[in-house]
Amino acid sequence: MALLEVDDLSVTFARRGQRTVRAVDGVSFSVDAGEVVGLVGESGCGKSVTSLAIMGLLPKQPGLRVGGKAVFDGSDLLQLDDRSRRDIRGRDVAMIFQDPLSSLNPVIPIGLQVTEVLTRHRGMKGEAAAKEAAELLDRVGIPDPRRRLKEYPHQLSGGMRQRALIAMAVACQPRLLIADEPTTALDVTIQAQILELLKDLVRDSGTALVMITHDLGVVAGMCDTINVLYAGRVVETATRRPLFRQPRHPYTEGLLASVPRLDAGRGERLNPIPGSVRDVLPWPDGCAFAPRCARRVDECVGEPPELVLTHDARSYRCVNPVPIPGLTPEAEVRASAPTTAEPGTVPAQAEPADPPAAPGFGPAPREEETP
Amino acid sequence: MTITGGKKREKIDRLAELSAREDEQGVSLWKEAFRRLRRNPAAIIGVVILAVFVLVAVIGPFFVPYSPTDSIGIREGLVKSGQGIIPGASADHWLGFDHQGRDEFSRLVVGARQTLLVGVVSTLIGLAVGALIGGVAGAAAGLGGRWGRWIDTTLMRFIDMLLAMPSLLLAVSIAALLGASLTTVMIAVGVVSVPIFARLLRGSMIAQSNSDYVLAATALGVKRSKIALTHVVPNSIAPVIVQATLTLATAIIEAAALSFLGLGNPDSAIPEWGVMLADAQPYLGIRPGLAIYPALGIIITALGFTLLGEAMREALDPKLRK
Repeated sequence: MALLEVDDLSVTFARRGQRTVRAVDGVSFSVDAGEVVGLVGESGCGKSVTSLAIMGLLPKQPGLRVGGKAVFDGSDLLQLDDRSRRDIRGRDVAMIFQDPLSSLNPVIPIGLQVTEVLTRHRGMKGEAAAKEAAELLDRVGIPDPRRRLKEYPHQLSGGMRQRALIAMAVACQPRLLIADEPTTALDVTIQAQILELLKDLVRDSGTALVMITHDLGVVAGMCDTINVLYAGRVVETATRRPLFRQPRHPYTEGLLASVPRLDAGRGERLNPIPGSVRDVLPWPDGCAFAPRCARRVDECVGEPPELVLTHDARSYRCVNPVPIPGLTPEAEVRASAPTTAEPGTVPAQAEPADPPAAPGFGPAPREEETP
Repeated sequence: MTITGGKKREKIDRLAELSAREDEQGVSLWKEAFRRLRRNPAAIIGVVILAVFVLVAVIGPFFVPYSPTDSIGIREGLVKSGQGIIPGASADHWLGFDHQGRDEFSRLVVGARQTLLVGVVSTLIGLAVGALIGGVAGAAAGLGGRWGRWIDTTLMRFIDMLLAMPSLLLAVSIAALLGASLTTVMIAVGVVSVPIFARLLRGSMIAQSNSDYVLAATALGVKRSKIALTHVVPNSIAPVIVQATLTLATAIIEAAALSFLGLGNPDSAIPEWGVMLADAQPYLGIRPGLAIYPALGIIITALGFTLLGEAMREALDPKLRK
């Protein structure tokens, strides 16, 4: 039984006189204890709304409808009443947000904001809470934590603010951490440090992490399982290496091809996906990605593609998937020999390609077992 | 070489020490605002005016040369209001006499105390009631659950009702209802400023309720009452404080107006700038100074509060930061 089982989650915003927006349209994924799961996609594909819906943080407004299930440890988070939801937040499930500056209260010191969580969920007060807060800051790599506790958010650097937010999120050792673009507002070197910190925390505490990002480099460095979202649906799910080596969905392939690479030749251009995320076909009318897809065939329009489950625990939602490199589509079915991955699909941050697991031999072993 | 080197090192050490010391103390938003305030000439002028005013109001009455209620001019036969003889400034009586032969300067100084008292107390009444109503409505609207919207709407309709009435008319009706006295003036002027404070705090709190740090605190399971008190209110209070300073100016003017209309302290012997203004009316042709002095007092004091208030608004508004 997975720690978090999101099943057919859908979020719609209805406004009178306006088109109903289906921000999330039947997303399903699962997270095991200690696992790092990525939700990837470009802006507007429903990543953040998914995470907010799971946490019950979507702004309460008329016309908002949340459907499906998000079962965490046996109870459906979407059906909880407000009180028990508040009890779970911060204690069992915590969240890290994108912008560390605006996520911290500017007029009260950091220490107060950290101890607030300790007081709420662990009943700590006064000196004990201050001591624990200092230890937390120390654990997330903030030097001189005693002094930092008395400081205000604007006195910390961007990286340190995000560390402080992470400290608040892990204060009660939650079993699930949702990080919504935790490194987007930071510069590259700080990004790497923060990711390293998150990785350490996950490894040491066995916390499961849902990583929401548009940055494939982040995904390549951290995630065990990756869900690629497009227009509110999961279009491809795979473990890390197979995804990077052999993307099956044309959208995933397009995302990978559009990542700038260090080993690209001089003067070589980036390969963007044509069109924009607004050029979608509504899912009931076919594949939402079809208007932008280079591999479009007639079957793409008319009926939404089903999620195809392959043997090696990966799935994609496409009627004309990208063939496994080196094989013709017909040969793919009986493919058993190891194939060499096409180097062009490996982004700069990914590990160098070595022979991939052979498809067609039952579920492939997980590449990275987390302790 | 060694000497200059040593001096240089000393200098650097001192700089390091200074910067370290500044680093140690948390520079809060308020300290930052105060620093900006000190650099603003308008704020300094405002503070100087107010400092003089408060000083005069608090300790002035102990040092006035004559009693403000003693008709010394009539006793000495200098003032004959019936015949239109009201002497002006002289060496003994710096601003002359009023129509009852009392020393105008002494009355002006003692009147300052009344004015300050009315201004401060009525603003505090307005601030307390307004902030309470606005705070509850803002918290209910921003964070409240099922009943939040309902509470907010009820409170705000009441505030709208107050706001719909012209402020002076409202103040006059309250003063007339409660009978003329200084307390009445304070309550009336206070009630008039309630809707401003309430709407301001509510609006500010609702805006803050949608901010990221409230979302982050909610995501950590912090209780709503705690979020309202530790996160939303401290971030929303700045405009209310600015408004309080500006309201002091209007409160003083409104209090003077009520006194002028005869709704203030019925014992007109106790000097109050508004009453002095009213008393001077019949003698405008003979001694315009009797009206000009209290009027100047009201205007300059109100100007002081307005200058300070505007400067504070600039200092506290993050959008105007340079």
